Amino acid sequence: MKFLRLVGSNLKRKKIRTLLTLSSILVAFVLFGYLAAIRQALSQGVDVAGADRLVVRHKVSIIQFLPESYEADMERIEGVAEATHATWFGGIYQEPQNFFPQFPVKPEEYLAMYPEFLLPEDQKQAWLKSRTGAVVGRTTADRFEWKVGDKIPIQATIWTRSGGQRTWEFDLVGIYDGAEAGTDTTQFLFRHDYFDEARDMARGQIGWYYVRVEDPDKAAGVAAAIDNEFANSPAETKAETEGAFVQGFADQIGNIGAIIQAIVGAVFFTILLVAGNTMAQSVRERTGELAVLKAVGFTDAHVLGLVLTEAVTIAALGGFAGLGLSWFMISAGDPTGGLLPIFFLPRQDIVIGIVLVVVLGLLTGLLPALQAGRLRIADALRRL
Amino acid sequence: MSRQAALDQVEATSSVSSETLVRVEGCTKHFRRGSEEIRVLEKLDLEVPKGEFLALMGPSGSGKSTLLNLMGGLDRPTTGSITVAGERIDQLSRPKLAAWRARHVGFVFQFYNLLPVLNAERNIELPLLLTHLSRAERKKHVETALEIVGLSHRQKHYPGTLSGGEQQRVGIARGIVTDPTLLLADEPTGDLDRKTGDEILDLLQALNRDHGKTIIMVTHDPHAAARSTRTLYVNEGRLRAEPVE
Ligand SMILES: Nc1ncnc2c1ncn2[C@@H]1O[C@H](COP(=O)(O)OP(=O)(O)O)[C@@H](O)[C@H]1O
Ligand SMILES: [Mg+2]
Repeated sequence: MKFLRLVGSNLKRKKIRTLLTLSSILVAFVLFGYLAAIRQALSQGVDVAGADRLVVRHKVSIIQFLPESYEADMERIEGVAEATHATWFGGIYQEPQNFFPQFPVKPEEYLAMYPEFLLPEDQKQAWLKSRTGAVVGRTTADRFEWKVGDKIPIQATIWTRSGGQRTWEFDLVGIYDGAEAGTDTTQFLFRHDYFDEARDMARGQIGWYYVRVEDPDKAAGVAAAIDNEFANSPAETKAETEGAFVQGFADQIGNIGAIIQAIVGAVFFTILLVAGNTMAQSVRERTGELAVLKAVGFTDAHVLGLVLTEAVTIAALGGFAGLGLSWFMISAGDPTGGLLPIFFLPRQDIVIGIVLVVVLGLLTGLLPALQAGRLRIADALRRL
Repeated sequence: MSRQAALDQVEATSSVSSETLVRVEGCTKHFRRGSEEIRVLEKLDLEVPKGEFLALMGPSGSGKSTLLNLMGGLDRPTTGSITVAGERIDQLSRPKLAAWRARHVGFVFQFYNLLPVLNAERNIELPLLLTHLSRAERKKHVETALEIVGLSHRQKHYPGTLSGGEQQRVGIARGIVTDPTLLLADEPTGDLDRKTGDEILDLLQALNRDHGKTIIMVTHDPHAAARSTRTLYVNEGRLRAEPVE
């Protein structure tokens, strides 16, 4: 403690220099935290995908429809627990940039398929009673300040209503929360029966199926059995685990995760050199003072420890402030306004950040500290 | 009682004892500079009795500081032995030697060597950080030291706001705050004007006479050396009782 005060006084020696070093470390850690959230967002579903869920889409592409009748066929296949479907609605709320995903679904089946969507029981009952009812995730509800009871008008881009009408109006009957940090709480869900009856084309067609398998270990076999079932039919399928399905999307964006890691790596390498050099310089300027400390009885280990503590303190002040700031910025929400629905700083990256802070401090302080520890008093005093 | 009065009073009671505090025996110190060997001290012997105020004089580069550093455990002799208060300090390991310095020696430097980031009080406290004293106890020791050097009114001042003489007083206070066995001063007045230098010498003299401190002071100023109880001259690696003409 008494030595920490000494470290503290040294930090105040050249305030501007300390501040600049702190800031550069802070910026590095803000970047680290923020990019970690983006990387997480891009790989989103992969981590949270249920291992027991399959996604079954048209063999040619996701934008081609499958017959609604497949559901019953699939449920007859060995190893399938249940199947339900969703369709891409792609409507616009007020303005195109207000993006959030909208799906017509079968309420009970969908909620059963996604137990991580937490909808209060009374709201679920209300949804089952109201054909025009819709539920929405907390993130989107907060974003547009929607409350249960609101009427939400959505402009169709694909699905006009019979008679060519574009506006669909839904009654918001529920707001769901996510059971985990990674749960997608941006979805807007409404009833497929209402949708199917009101749309003016492709009735009886749906976008894709979700299938729950009885045994996750046999998921691959069940997927093959499903594809086999519909082989040589007009609408052949491609079944894969939810994880693989989401990964497919992520791969289309390119290997952004690797690019982000490279950027963070380069930034940290630069900061290491900058902070290390500053630390070395600050110790070099203090050679005489360190010699005086040794003259009055500080051991080599004391002096080494002081310098190392100073470096770690600088890294900790800048690093933790940076992590904190990035966390704060991330909690302000998805910067793209909807494209990255799952936006948070994963706990794992917080831990990595803390480890990085300590490692950075030790690395920047190591050489100067060793040098200070080895310093010969008589030589150093002569050079004053 | 004024300081001068205090000085006058102790004038009569010289405290040099017959007990040897520092014993340097057959000490040789060589330095290497590249391939060249610099022979600074050659088989040098010295005994400093407890309570002495010894002045070391000699031409620049003769090895005065080198000798002082050896006796203060800042450096080790090439050969020979150095015994302080019965302990062979030339044989101590580096950490042991550091601990020994903390307990037994105070240093006063020509250029004060205060830490600019610490105020007077905390500069003086530095050697006490290595002891087990509590914060309150350290504070008391610092106050006593400040009082002895006559600088109680400057305790919160930073070195940059103090005059040279005041900085040297802080330096001396730091040197004596642990109540060391031995006070070593390397040209303590070398950077001060005559009048301020005299005040510092008054102080050292008082520490010697009043507080019984054994002091070894390097100086090239005969006026300063005159304050000591004994003056020795370093020349060509040896000690002499008289200056070499
Ligand atoms: N650490 C050292 N490395 C090399 N040479 C040194 C070292 N310390 C002292 N010397 C040399 O030893 C001689 C005596 O130095 P010093 O004791 O500082 O002299 P003084 O204090 O009497 O002026 C000088 O020639 C000096 O250059
Ligand atoms: Mg000298």
